[in-house]
Amino acid sequence: MRDVITVSIWRGREDGRYVAYQVPRLDSQTVLDVVTYVQRHLDPTLSYRFACRVGVCGSCAMTVNGRPRWTCRTHVEKVVQDGRVEIAPLGNLPVVKDLATDMSQFFEKWQQAKGVFTPSQTRHDKVAPIKPASAARVEVDKAIECINCGVCYAACDSVRWNPDYLGPAALNRAWTLVNDERDAGNKARLAAVAAAGGCHSCHTHQSCEQHCPQAINPTASIAGLKRRTIGAYWLGALK
Amino acid sequence: MTLRLYLLQRLTAALMVPLIAGHLATIIYATHHGLSATDILGRTRGSLGWALFYGLFVLLASVHASIGLRSVCADWTPLRGRALTLLMWGFGLLLAFLGARAVYAVIA
Repeated sequence: MRDVITVSIWRGREDGRYVAYQVPRLDSQTVLDVVTYVQRHLDPTLSYRFACRVGVCGSCAMTVNGRPRWTCRTHVEKVVQDGRVEIAPLGNLPVVKDLATDMSQFFEKWQQAKGVFTPSQTRHDKVAPIKPASAARVEVDKAIECINCGVCYAACDSVRWNPDYLGPAALNRAWTLVNDERDAGNKARLAAVAAAGGCHSCHTHQSCEQHCPQAINPTASIAGLKRRTIGAYWLGALK
Repeated sequence: MTLRLYLLQRLTAALMVPLIAGHLATIIYATHHGLSATDILGRTRGSLGWALFYGLFVLLASVHASIGLRSVCADWTPLRGRALTLLMWGFGLLLAFLGARAVYAVIA
């Protein structure tokens, strides 16, 4: 193992460039550790985003050697090639500066897909019993661990080609709520995900499933939405 | 892609499956039995069955392909909205016209 790696980091906005830094290699070092070392020791003007450092908050996703990854849980050892690593901001999102992207559109699309719980009861009602083995809850379990990191959104060809496409994360979230027995917002939700730019814009490339750090398969969730919207259309619940 | 177009494209695909199988079987039969153009035209001319078979095939293929072209152009070209709709209809009608012409030539 070499004792130094050369890390090329994107600096500036869309019209920026890569700048190379020499960073000491350490045992169990993550890509986020490398970026943090550069900012703390080599160039304090480097901008990037992180919070928890343990794969929970979804803040630190970046493009590492051309592939979107959660950097706090990506070991340098796994991605280093000939002593070099290239780190860029996430794709399919506007760059604010260096490695920080503007994720507004990503979260606005969650709202557009009605990815917000709509209660069917009040706090005065009894807690709804949900059986863990029920078919609907099993579907929710497969998709619920999303940490909003944006890796799937950055990896998606359909997002790159169609800026109006809601994207895998927002649609995956909608699918968890479609299967939530307590939720009362499915009529508006199915209409939202069946509109132009919704689930039918997915080409099933499965890049989201390939890159998701939580091993979720948003393509399967989107396929579920396609089935559910078609069912609603046949029943006359969707125009 | 809207729900209706998505559904229509899948429906036309499903309906075309048996027609494609029939078309392939026809080609294999014709080549294996060494049928000449005259032999083939002798069987197709005036045949309501072949007219319906290939007429339906042309109609389904026109709808299916024009929706597909719309999707490709929506993703890979700057075309949006009305321009996409016009392209889809224009291409679909062109395919339907050319296909109907071909069917007419072997049936009439």
